[in-house]
Amino acid sequence: MIAAAFDTGLVAAALPLAAINWHSTFFLLFAVLACVCAIAVVTADNVVRMALYLVLSLGATAGLFFLAGAEFVGAMQLMIYVGGTLVLLVFGVMLTAQAPFVSIKTAPGDRALAGIVGASLLAVLLLSAFSVEEWRKPAAGVVGDPTATPIGMALLGVRVDEPPAGSPAGVRSGYLLPFEIVSVHLLVVLVAAAYLARAKRRKTPRAIEVAASAEPPASVAEHAAIGREPAGRGGSVLVGGPR
Amino acid sequence: MNPSALVPGGLLAMGLFTEPVSVAHYLVVGAILFTAGVACMAVKRNALGVLMGIELVLNGANVNFVAFASPYLQADGGRGLGLDGQAIALFVILLAAAEAAVALAITLNFYNNHATVDVDRADDLKG
Amino acid sequence: MAEFLINTVGLSAWLAWTVTAVVAAVLVLNVIAGGALVFIWAERKIAGRIQDRLGPTRTGGRFGWLQSLADGIKLLAKEDLMPEGADGMLFRLAPYVSFCASFCAFIALPFAFDFIGCRLNVGVFFVVAVLGLEVFGVILAGYASASKWSLFGAMREAAQVVSYEVPLGMCVVVPVMLAGSMDMVTIAEKQAGWFTNWYLFHDPFTFVIFWVYVTCAVASVNRAPFDLAEAESELVAGFHTEYSGLRWSYFFMAEYGSMFLVSAMAAVLFMGGWNGPIPLATLLGLSEGTGDTANYFVRLLGMFNLLGKATLGVLVMMWVRWTLPRLRIDQVMTTCLKYCTPIAAAMFAGAMLWQLFLPGGLAPGLDRPAGEIREGWLEGPGGRAATAPAAEQKKVAQVNR
Repeated sequence: MIAAAFDTGLVAAALPLAAINWHSTFFLLFAVLACVCAIAVVTADNVVRMALYLVLSLGATAGLFFLAGAEFVGAMQLMIYVGGTLVLLVFGVMLTAQAPFVSIKTAPGDRALAGIVGASLLAVLLLSAFSVEEWRKPAAGVVGDPTATPIGMALLGVRVDEPPAGSPAGVRSGYLLPFEIVSVHLLVVLVAAAYLARAKRRKTPRAIEVAASAEPPASVAEHAAIGREPAGRGGSVLVGGPR
Repeated sequence: MNPSALVPGGLLAMGLFTEPVSVAHYLVVGAILFTAGVACMAVKRNALGVLMGIELVLNGANVNFVAFASPYLQADGGRGLGLDGQAIALFVILLAAAEAAVALAITLNFYNNHATVDVDRADDLKG
Repeated sequence: MAEFLINTVGLSAWLAWTVTAVVAAVLVLNVIAGGALVFIWAERKIAGRIQDRLGPTRTGGRFGWLQSLADGIKLLAKEDLMPEGADGMLFRLAPYVSFCASFCAFIALPFAFDFIGCRLNVGVFFVVAVLGLEVFGVILAGYASASKWSLFGAMREAAQVVSYEVPLGMCVVVPVMLAGSMDMVTIAEKQAGWFTNWYLFHDPFTFVIFWVYVTCAVASVNRAPFDLAEAESELVAGFHTEYSGLRWSYFFMAEYGSMFLVSAMAAVLFMGGWNGPIPLATLLGLSEGTGDTANYFVRLLGMFNLLGKATLGVLVMMWVRWTLPRLRIDQVMTTCLKYCTPIAAAMFAGAMLWQLFLPGGLAPGLDRPAGEIREGWLEGPGGRAATAPAAEQKKVAQVNR
């Protein structure tokens, strides 16, 4: 009654086709958000705004992953990329801030050249995206498997997932070796990054302290710099010793 | 407003809302992200801007991998990558995080030594 | 619910799912907002009692029931200020980012067996990941306020939240390991029955992990004694110094929403979720049912059970806030890196070894076969055939060679 009226009358008048495919609608939403924010990263001048747009873009990409059925990868994207890497990036932005957040602009000629190269690259990629006929056929009514446990098992070397229909038969390798390599890699990177970014005792004042002495401190980094050297600008010479 | 003139565009837009998506749609998104990342790397003078471009590039590649790995996007079960695509995307995310950490450490050192993050000023070895 | 709408009411599929989604979203929003209202009142009363005074007693009768309503009206009526040098867009966006992160995590939280926004296979992972996104709202608010103190508070809070995600992740992995799935519905289902089935009492390592989880969760939501970044005596109000009125209330709701969320997570992961200490439904002879014959009374009972446990968690958080002194920022970081992380790692190793040798938990005679772990993906007596839903039966033939 009401439902039928709602269904056929009002709704059909608004949409020529009576059924909204929510999967496609959300795909469109996330895709537009990701692309617009990615372009905004390129065009924004303020580095904090760039970081915000990047966060939105990567978050929308995580949504795209969820829609494609890669739930584990989507959650990883949210946790590692958005929640980890981008927080690190924003910390980097804050630590390297100059007062006020100076916008470093590129020359118009460089931007034009980059625009041309980018446009041609985009054209090539889009052409290849639409050229393979098989990639344009959507699936219908597929019920996928949950993927978290198969991924976990694969990382331990045991493949329990079913191979896709058209793929060649044979023994498929697990991902134990890459898993171990990446673990060691992350450990090495952790140690390296911590070592590279450590606060050093200095014989001569750092460049930013020289810059800071010329003007009153007004940014986070300078405050942090002055705070980090407990002996202050003049005292670092007294502290001495090898770096 | 003459509705008949808007019909082709309207139908295309409607198609996006009502037809199921395929791999090609995801590839378009991946292409745009990739190109935006490359442009960002090329245009930005701020070292952190360049780093953001790198993240965009890796994400564009990830979108492609996940699209090929998805059973929902390819007809007849597809000849897709299946779990391999998702595993590849996983490793890309991990390695991108590691690379971002090191790049930020380098940028921080550069900032400490030069009081700026402008990559155009990194020309000590020039000439 | 969508099936009900499609079959009984006769709506088309897309409309039925829309209505279901909207109803679910409105319900969760009411849980957060209504919960925040109740918790504000509870906090003020508890704070008062702990400090040997009465708390609000005038608005709405002897117990000040309507105090939260009065607070809400006051906040709505406040002037909407923005500092002069503030970045307008970021300043306006920050509260919503924080609130959205808190709200989105409720998507994957099960309130009862079928009362869940979306039953994700990676539910636990998703919730922990989304909780980590709240930090962006904080950073944006701190930066956009154009105030040194806001920025400091925001950076400290961000550092704290991000650091505590590490031991939080390790604590959360232990119940996942015991249940064999990241699906929160599965984890809670495996703890059905008496309270001895709870993972809290599964083995001593899990017991310790629970307390580490409590510590990390309290630190993660920036709640005392870890609330250095927003304490009045430290940095005015930290990142939300410049926010007033409705914008501030968004941050507030995000904080109370997160508190409720981590308490509900603790309940689901360690304390059986909607399965009570006493299995009332089983004792009464009722069962949950599925599909059209779902016994909504049983599920409602379970939902109130979970809400009760989560509220208990929030009340304990409030109790701790008004009892313990605040930690300094270096003490906060020390607790995370020198205490919580090693203890969580050691307990994780212990729980893993316990699971290998004594899968039945504290009472080795309990019927918990090891094969039920890993969702039966491997071939075995308790394999995929036993637990597979109808759509995946076709894989059974290939798996059971």
